[in-house]
Amino acid sequence: MKKHKTSGKPAYYMESVPKMKKIMRNYYLKAKYARYLGKKVAWITSGGPVEPLIAMGIIPVYPENHGAMIGVSHTGVELCEVAEGMGYSGDLCSYARADIGASETGGGPIGGLPKPDMLICCNNICGTVLKWYEIQARKFQVPLFILDTPFVHTEFTKEAKTYVDRQVKDYIRFLETAMKKKFPYDKMNVVGKRSVEAMRLWQQVLNTATAKPAPFTAFDAFFHLALIVTLRGTKTVLRYYRFLLDELNQRVEKGIGMVENEQYRFLWDNLPIWHRMRWLSRAFAARNAALVADTYTSAWCGTVDNIDENDFLGSMGEAYTRIYLNIGVDQMAEKVLNMIDKYDVDGLVMHSNRSCKPYSFGQYDIQRIVQRERGLPVLILESDMVDARKFSEGQVETRIDAFMEMVGQK
Amino acid sequence: MNPTEIIEQFRIAVRDPFGTARTIREGQNRPVVGYTCTYFPEEIVLAAGAHPFRLFGKSTVMLKTDAHIQAYGCSLARAVFEDALSGELDFLDVMAFPHSCDTMQRLSDIWRLNIKNTVHLDLLFPVHLKSEAAQDYMEAVLERFRKGMEQVFQVDISKDAMQNAISLMNRIRASLTALYKLRAAHSASISGSDLSHVVQGAMILDRLEVADKLEALVSALKGTHTPTRTAPAKRVLLSGSVCLHPDIHTIIEEQGGAVAWDDLCTGSRYFDVQVPEDLPPIPAIAKRFLNRAICPAKHGGTTRRGGDLLKLISTHRIDGVIFLFLKFCDPHGFDYPDLKTALETAGIPTLFLEVETGKPVDGPTRTRVETFLQILNQREAAL
Repeated sequence: MKKHKTSGKPAYYMESVPKMKKIMRNYYLKAKYARYLGKKVAWITSGGPVEPLIAMGIIPVYPENHGAMIGVSHTGVELCEVAEGMGYSGDLCSYARADIGASETGGGPIGGLPKPDMLICCNNICGTVLKWYEIQARKFQVPLFILDTPFVHTEFTKEAKTYVDRQVKDYIRFLETAMKKKFPYDKMNVVGKRSVEAMRLWQQVLNTATAKPAPFTAFDAFFHLALIVTLRGTKTVLRYYRFLLDELNQRVEKGIGMVENEQYRFLWDNLPIWHRMRWLSRAFAARNAALVADTYTSAWCGTVDNIDENDFLGSMGEAYTRIYLNIGVDQMAEKVLNMIDKYDVDGLVMHSNRSCKPYSFGQYDIQRIVQRERGLPVLILESDMVDARKFSEGQVETRIDAFMEMVGQK
Repeated sequence: MNPTEIIEQFRIAVRDPFGTARTIREGQNRPVVGYTCTYFPEEIVLAAGAHPFRLFGKSTVMLKTDAHIQAYGCSLARAVFEDALSGELDFLDVMAFPHSCDTMQRLSDIWRLNIKNTVHLDLLFPVHLKSEAAQDYMEAVLERFRKGMEQVFQVDISKDAMQNAISLMNRIRASLTALYKLRAAHSASISGSDLSHVVQGAMILDRLEVADKLEALVSALKGTHTPTRTAPAKRVLLSGSVCLHPDIHTIIEEQGGAVAWDDLCTGSRYFDVQVPEDLPPIPAIAKRFLNRAICPAKHGGTTRRGGDLLKLISTHRIDGVIFLFLKFCDPHGFDYPDLKTALETAGIPTLFLEVETGKPVDGPTRTRVETFLQILNQREAAL
């Protein structure tokens, strides 16, 4: 095993990891005990506008992040089965099923999420979240705010802009009513600037993987992603990502790669297969392959150019509407091609995710575009982000081997 | 023309929708605009002199779709796209996708990338229908579509043309409502399977012809019913997305039941609520979309669908509800458990059926429907 040149620790060891775990532990503790701290809790979708919540001092909680934790902790199947017992079809999103199951039983790695005081749903990632949040609004009998972001098949129309901008104002009014206090616009300016800075830092973090060997892989990005999703707009996020960026830059300078003998570089598409992160990471590493980038984690900085940091609220509607999952398949393919060039990859690995139709439908066409435009081999693995019943190690291993043969022949 | 002859014309259209559309296109020299969802302003298409044509998916074997949409896509989306890829829809001048669910949204992209011989339009309607901004935005989307139709067909759509189209569609909606009420009042005067074909056919045939035929059918059926059973039929409500399985009606009727009403987008959601004729056309159409029976892919409040369903049950004296879903239909799948609980709390038995377009109702499904009807009959006996 290759060692750090200075610390003597294994190459995969990163100081940031325990730091991140500590931050997330504290964050969840604070959320769990919000009531005792006199704080309100809002459940919010992963693509939702968290910044106004931070400005208002509301603790944001992410059922999707919780879903990922459930997947990683291998409690997904049992919680999905609870939801299925309630009548939810096994074909529905496993984040939603697992969350509904955990809400019912208090199961999962952290004993369920703290009860929400309000729900904030932005449908820029899918229509599923709308249904999921309706269910939770009925269950918890709390107010639900919906930011409805029209899909950008080919263009972001002027009427769509007017529509989302009006809803941003509705959002602020909703929060004022829920919190029975005026919205702190001054604080919002500070939070907005921090959020933009966090997105830029996160992009820089991801950019480090352009180095050869890559100082970290997509599997690491999936882990470090949690903060840009949950707490952007806070100082904690800035401090953490500066630390992480420093560490990654040092690794680049010292030539420390996450995958020993990095020979092949791949791009990952779609959500991770949370319940097989370690297995997949090892499977690729054993073949000297590093998944150096992915379309998923870059979604949280992809629209930073649409935000005016001096007018966060005024520009946020558009920025939240034009995120990766809310654009047409051809625009997605364009971004994939850009990432292929930027990270200089040898192939594309696509997770055809039964739980995420807006991410997965269109992948076959993106595959053809990539093959046509870049002549790269593409591996499609059909599975599910949380539901481990939809994964076959033997089958996936065989497919990875076949893919590696194709890559090797190029 | 007697009712059987009229109904047969709707049945022929459902059996051969593409032939019907080609005849309209070639015979009347009218362009055809395909669409996939009942949130579609047929009035604007009619006012542009074109023919609105709902796609239900005829293909049963997916030879080409598999290369574009995974097998966990719903059979409706996959079948519709197979029709397109296999050239069956080459008569379409325009394909329009009103925003509905995630699958249809992505189908729109995939269609645009692969089907090159039609003009492609998206109607990005609001999903949240209760927000203050929804009415204005809905109107803006409709206005963009109106301009799109003008541009594509090189026509000026006059206000009169819009008003005439609205009146025509209101005639159709009024007649379909009247037919449903007739059936709800006298379950034997028109079979469920016939009515199902009539509603589907109304989205395929020339709309002027539909309006005339439906009015004739309503007149012919009024007062024709003679009771055929001593015991009143068990009154069932079908709830789901599309019902392309008229066999379901037959199975229910064989067990002494009848579908007294439905909450389907191949049923009452197509014709629910009129477009107000005293408002300017675009705001009037928008208003109908905001007020009509809601699809689960849209938001009208967290308890709206349950409340609406209970109202239908009460109005039409429903004995039991059959949820008829397409496999992989997320919006209905998410609504189901809470709806089932709400109905059962109200003492209404429910049955869940999952079907796929292009596949016949199988033996186990038939048995479940039969058993459900037997249970409804036993409840009556026990009371």
